[in-house]
Amino acid sequence: MTTVAELPAGFADKVLSAQSTFRSVMDAMARPGSIQRITSAAGTPLAMMQGVAAIALTLFDHDTPIWLDSKMSATPDVGRWLKFHTSAPVVGDSSIASFALIGDPTNLPALDCFAFGSSEYPDRSTTLILQVASLNDGSPVELQGPGIDGTTTLRASIQPADLFERLSINAVLFPSGIDIVLVHDDGIVAIPRTTRLVRRG
Amino acid sequence: MAGNEGLADETGAQARRKAAMAVLAHSATADIVGHLADIALPDHENLREPENGLVMVRGRVGGDGAPFNLGEATVSRAAVRLSTGEVGFGYTLGRDREKARLIALCDAMVQSPELGGAVEAKVVAPLRAAMIERQNQKAAETAATRVDFYTLVRGES
Repeated sequence: MTTVAELPAGFADKVLSAQSTFRSVMDAMARPGSIQRITSAAGTPLAMMQGVAAIALTLFDHDTPIWLDSKMSATPDVGRWLKFHTSAPVVGDSSIASFALIGDPTNLPALDCFAFGSSEYPDRSTTLILQVASLNDGSPVELQGPGIDGTTTLRASIQPADLFERLSINAVLFPSGIDIVLVHDDGIVAIPRTTRLVRRG
Repeated sequence: MAGNEGLADETGAQARRKAAMAVLAHSATADIVGHLADIALPDHENLREPENGLVMVRGRVGGDGAPFNLGEATVSRAAVRLSTGEVGFGYTLGRDREKARLIALCDAMVQSPELGGAVEAKVVAPLRAAMIERQNQKAAETAATRVDFYTLVRGES
């Protein structure tokens, strides 16, 4: 049955909202560890945070397979909303996904379930979008890498707890690797594949 | 939509929407606006903002042969949801986004039990009459220039 009737709307102003969201994501990727705000509001399905919805409406299209974790796919609304507004295919195989939406990061599957890209096409990797409990209320971690002047301190509540240990494969795989975006409400923090953990504070 | 509607009702509603869509897509934006002014518009929101895009137009060799891509056509589309829950979709050739939105709005109202009759009577019916009028006029103009060729049999046996 058609249940479009219950779906939340997309961006009110498609072009400008997508542009400003793209800018926020680009700034977050260029300045790893910094918190960027997403100002464009869109209707969001229940399980999804505002930032994730805005990123989805901006970056997803019919060429980007999406993988949903069990919490995201628990509500069929999420898949239907993505399909209606972005026409992105939702796939069951995480290793071919361009983006993975993780509603419950504590149960994040092993990173090798996702695509790392190849040396010829490092861009064909999965970008993980994690919904976390907070971006400024966790134990501090110090990060360094391109885009960071010296080191920067990130206080997000990192879930899963061993996320940075898992991300150490990025150093081995470079230029392939996994990029991560942490989202809480309308704030986003990016941890691209070049960012390294210095120490826990 | 209610799940227990009979199949016949469903088909009837579909046919009504299809007929309305055929008329609206061939009408001018100004005419749709003019006729819509006679109706109190319900509260509604844009589920999908009007947008332009391209569709591939496909043809068939000789009308029924192998399919081929004829070329791309510009299309505008929109989706509108009434406060009562009906969702309407509008697609039209060209870049007129407002027209796509109005068609979606009409499509949503056609499905509404309260407004369906009013839209049918005050918007779709006059537009349909005007469309048929235009078609007939064009057919008449074309018919006036018709030349009948006769082949004369020459020579006597």
